[in-house]
Amino acid sequence: MSKSIFEVENLSLHYLGRFGDKTHAVTDVSFKMKQGEILGIAGESGCGKSTLVSGLMGMCIPPLYPTSGDVRVAGESLMNRTVEDIRANVLAQKVSMIPQGAFNALNPVRKIKDIAADVIAAHQSSGVHMNAQEIYQRLRTRFDLFGMDTDRVLNSFPIQLTAGERQRSVIGISTLLNPQMVIADEPTSALDVSTQKEVISMIFDLLDKGVFSTMIFITHELPLLYHVADNIAIMYAGEFVEMGTAEQVVKDPRHPYTKALMGAMLSTEKAQRTRKPVAIEGAPPSLDKPIIGCRFADRCSIARPECKKNKQNLRIVAGREVRCDYAE
Amino acid sequence: MLSNESIVFSAKNVSKTFGAGKNQVTAVNDVSFDIYDGEIISIVGGSGCGKSVLAKIMLGLYPASKGVFLYNGRKISNLKRHWGEVQSVFQDPFSCFNQFFTIRSQLEDAFNIFKKKPSKEEIKRRVDEGLLAVNVTPKDIEGKYSFELSGGQMQRMLLARIFALRPKVLIADEPTSMVDACVRANILDYLMKLKKELHMTIVFVTHDIGLANYVSDRIFIMHEGKIVNAGTPEEVLDKTEEAHTLKLLDDIPEVHKEEWIKNSHRAKNKKVS
Ligand SMILES: Nc1ncnc2c1ncn2[C@@H]1O[C@H](COP(=O)(O)OP(=O)(O)OP(=O)(O)O)[C@@H](O)[C@H]1O
Ligand SMILES: Nc1ncnc2c1ncn2[C@@H]1O[C@H](COP(=O)(O)OP(=O)(O)OP(=O)(O)O)[C@@H](O)[C@H]1O
Ligand code: SF4
Ligand SMILES: [Mg+2]
Ligand SMILES: [Mg+2]
Repeated sequence: MSKSIFEVENLSLHYLGRFGDKTHAVTDVSFKMKQGEILGIAGESGCGKSTLVSGLMGMCIPPLYPTSGDVRVAGESLMNRTVEDIRANVLAQKVSMIPQGAFNALNPVRKIKDIAADVIAAHQSSGVHMNAQEIYQRLRTRFDLFGMDTDRVLNSFPIQLTAGERQRSVIGISTLLNPQMVIADEPTSALDVSTQKEVISMIFDLLDKGVFSTMIFITHELPLLYHVADNIAIMYAGEFVEMGTAEQVVKDPRHPYTKALMGAMLSTEKAQRTRKPVAIEGAPPSLDKPIIGCRFADRCSIARPECKKNKQNLRIVAGREVRCDYAE
Repeated sequence: MLSNESIVFSAKNVSKTFGAGKNQVTAVNDVSFDIYDGEIISIVGGSGCGKSVLAKIMLGLYPASKGVFLYNGRKISNLKRHWGEVQSVFQDPFSCFNQFFTIRSQLEDAFNIFKKKPSKEEIKRRVDEGLLAVNVTPKDIEGKYSFELSGGQMQRMLLARIFALRPKVLIADEPTSMVDACVRANILDYLMKLKKELHMTIVFVTHDIGLANYVSDRIFIMHEGKIVNAGTPEEVLDKTEEAHTLKLLDDIPEVHKEEWIKNSHRAKNKKVS
């Protein structure tokens, strides 16, 4: 058994509202990752994916607060540390984060090479020492590695690049310091299908070439995860409801929510084209109060009266974890 | 039979260019088409192919640089009147809501575009209906502001507004890019319901040819400002040798495509393990 490099234990997070009210956006998330693993996390908009990412980085910035739990990178806890400490000593070197929409938020008046230099400079205090020339050299080598038009891209302002080039630059810069792992929040959701494929190819390239090996990939597109991830966790209303291998979760889902997600999929495959996707009615529950029973109960086609009363715990069904007493 | 009276939008050799000289960009390049009353038309293509610019021409936000563009047989002149009939859902959901007012009040204020405003109760009922149509419990957004919602939740609010307003024509620019499959299926079903029950004409802009296939009466494939393929979903998906269409089909990461990404150790290892 190889050792876990990333461990999350019973992590819960909440937002504090203007009137002291709380939104329990993430509840009791636990998982472990081994070196070389790619974990995909999928769930609908608002289910807590981006909030979880902040928690995983130990970056709880008000109004977001940790409720309980722990996150450890190579055994080192990220909880109860200042945001400055995390920025200087964890980000980019140990764990690199690619925030949702980052490629659309690049400083418009800086060239790509200057943006990269800024990122490296932010880590100078913690033992990373490179002068401008070294940084530029390293950037060139790295961008050449994944087949970018290096000189043009590095000397461009963000607006002069396509969305795909911007996102590939963001990933290139974020992995420049060879982090142990990368957390990417919807890195391709705002891109068209062809650009998405380009970006995924680049990520595979970096993995093939050993630039980084462990990754958490977040998206609401389950079929995409089938191609990208080894293991998949399905999130619903702040909780993980199913966790298993990509093959298990996508091809043979067991939790009623995962089944519903797969049933709602459209396909261009000829035989599948006219199949009507089945939408599920209703909405996820409000997270303003702690919820005891199953969070999916209002929308579940096989719900029983007990479902709302009894706490649902993850249990093993057909070789993977499922949060439902009645799944089989 | 479709008559001239039922043509909603008509484009004859329409182009739209930005800038001049060396920096000139031709975003829409010599396109011609008619869109009929009650049709759902999808405009499909990769990033930068001109979809949004074409959608904005339909909204009257840009005049055509060349060619003739007509709405109900006339040039678009009075924007306020145009927007009373032609409404839109745009790509960036956050830019469409003001952060200083609650979402609810903005959904209700949207009815101000009408000369004859429905009663207060009617407005409230229709906003509730719109919210439920996109899987949002009205109570959950009570007193909420845009910055308290996630991107996908905001996108749903924009759609809720359309469902409440019920315009004659809807231009929906990538309205489902941030939501999961269940919500997406719901939204697509709702678009089809709007067409069926209210006879709404819908222009659906997307880069996902799979979505277009499901909702549309006809699909226009765009590439570099031109419409390179057009027809019913069957015509476009099956009887085509058109390279751009094939690529759009090929690039969707569907589960049955075992070799979606080729020549990668990573992709291969994954298959073996
Ligand atoms: N600043 C905030 N204050 C209060 N609640 C918030 C805040 N930011 C997010 N939330 C709530 O927390 C929940 C989770 O939001 P989050 O952004 O993590 O969702 P997400 O899964 O990343 O969604 P998306 O797929 O749309 O990006 C949502 O219900 C959202 O309304
Ligand atoms: N206001 C503008 N000024 C100058 N160029 C513009 C303007 N709006 C669009 N363009 C250019 O026109 C072309 C088409 O843009 P458009 O926004 O229509 O693309 P799109 O197909 O909607 O792409 P996406 O899928 O990324 O939204 C692009 O090259 C774009 O840079
Ligand atoms: S616990 Fe009950 S309501 Fe929840 S998913 Fe299982 S069967 Fe459905
Ligand atoms: Mg998010
Ligand atoms: Mg666009």
